[in-house]
Amino acid sequence: MTAILELREAGLTYRRASTPALDDVSFVIEQGRGLGIVGESGAGKTTALSLLLGLARPTSGTVLFDGVPLDLRDREQLRAFRRSVQPVFQDPYSSLDPRQSVGRIVAEPLASLGIARGAQAAERVRRALEAVALPADAARRYPHEFSGGQRQRIAIARAIVSRPRVLLADEPVSALDVTTRIQIIELLGELARSEGMTVVMVSHDLSVVASLCADTVVLRGGRLVEAGPTSEVLGSPRDPYTRRLLASVPRLPA
Amino acid sequence: MSPRDRAGAPDATAPLLEVEGLSVTSRDGVTLVDDVSFRLAPGERLSLIGESGSGKSLTSFALTGLLADGLSASGSIRLDGVQVVGARERELVPLRGRVASTVFQEPLTALDPLMRLGRQVAEPLRRHLGLRGDALRRAVLDALSEVGLPEPERIARAYSWEISGGQRQRVAIAAALACRPRLLIADEPTTALDVTVQAEVLALIERLVDEREMALLFVSHDLAVVSRMAQRALVLRGGRVVEEAGIDRILTSPQSAYTAELVRSARELDAALEVR
Repeated sequence: MTAILELREAGLTYRRASTPALDDVSFVIEQGRGLGIVGESGAGKTTALSLLLGLARPTSGTVLFDGVPLDLRDREQLRAFRRSVQPVFQDPYSSLDPRQSVGRIVAEPLASLGIARGAQAAERVRRALEAVALPADAARRYPHEFSGGQRQRIAIARAIVSRPRVLLADEPVSALDVTTRIQIIELLGELARSEGMTVVMVSHDLSVVASLCADTVVLRGGRLVEAGPTSEVLGSPRDPYTRRLLASVPRLPA
Repeated sequence: MSPRDRAGAPDATAPLLEVEGLSVTSRDGVTLVDDVSFRLAPGERLSLIGESGSGKSLTSFALTGLLADGLSASGSIRLDGVQVVGARERELVPLRGRVASTVFQEPLTALDPLMRLGRQVAEPLRRHLGLRGDALRRAVLDALSEVGLPEPERIARAYSWEISGGQRQRVAIAAALACRPRLLIADEPTTALDVTVQAEVLALIERLVDEREMALLFVSHDLAVVSRMAQRALVLRGGRVVEEAGIDRILTSPQSAYTAELVRSARELDAALEVR
């Protein structure tokens, strides 16, 4: 197994904060093994994600990309990084520019990363929209014409158009109704299989992580509580906090 | 003496809440809730289940006349025998907090950030029960400790932004239940909370509803939460009731295709937690 991304003893203390948002956290994202980062408010999930996305620099420790420390000033490395790692955000209502057509929104990474233009880009957009099961005419329409679930499909199409190796999703289904949620989970699972993408997601929802991720990392108060294969971490948790987290999830009667 | 004393003894067989053909319409004529009817007996626990746009929250707001400006209700809502639809504000004030109280999804919207929490819990006690001075102060501290808040004196002096989300929802529950209403309307009361905090707040609501023999109208999108909190449910979609039945029946043999899809989705997510 090769590590695409890795946090090594990574920590981040925000300016003027007295305690670190993330403290000495290490875990590895391996090619083809989806990873779920779970925890409650203040766990450091979002901070971990911004380190993995290269949106923030750790104040201690290292982020590694393909085994090399990620240096946000190294333009060459950053370009390779952006092509390989794409984000999907929680709220499909605010993450899409309402003034741009869906076609332009989805094509954006192709232009900004210098991957494709013109007819070639249009073809990539068409295939991305097809992969997320949006109608062929979606490219000409605008975000407000779509429902929440469809907008999340648009956001996912934008993320996969550059054929990244990793999708980093921040609570990708939390804003969606349960029936739509299932559909997007299925879509992400399908993309992971068919496109060979590794889906990493931050979620407070253990059932979403259990559905999609081979590995799970549990964070609490900025520290790593437990990490390993999802079957072990959620199937037979060792840490009392993980156990409490699992026991708190409301369950349906059998 | 019980603060529940009212003019005349309550009729145990009469419904506490009777909703007949309730519709809610926006100013530009869009029907958001369409011909909803249901009854709630004293002590009964009913849930309104639905996804976004189902009209579940609007229905719950209409029950105590809390619809936003620009929305109007038609049909009939009888709360403890009083007609709410078309009633004047001063006719509704005696009902709120005394007969029915609402706890909202986001406790920050229910709590005034500029007012100490103790005063906000005191407000209904002063207005409805006429408590003053030491008696009022004691009642406030009792209300705060009853919802499991540690150091009620400290919380009473604090502002809403000085405490955690879970503590805020406890304070909102304390304020809602201070005057011992007979019906608690809980509108997604734990949706904004962390899962471990949700578990605690659900247990708190369960205990209080039980101890005080209150009726509960629990509004939620989450079937697993609903199955714990209610005996019977109305499934709403696009403002209309698609199904009304006992929770067990809804989960095991849903009658409408929509409810079946809702249950299937919830089961799928639930089953994912059975990891080996």
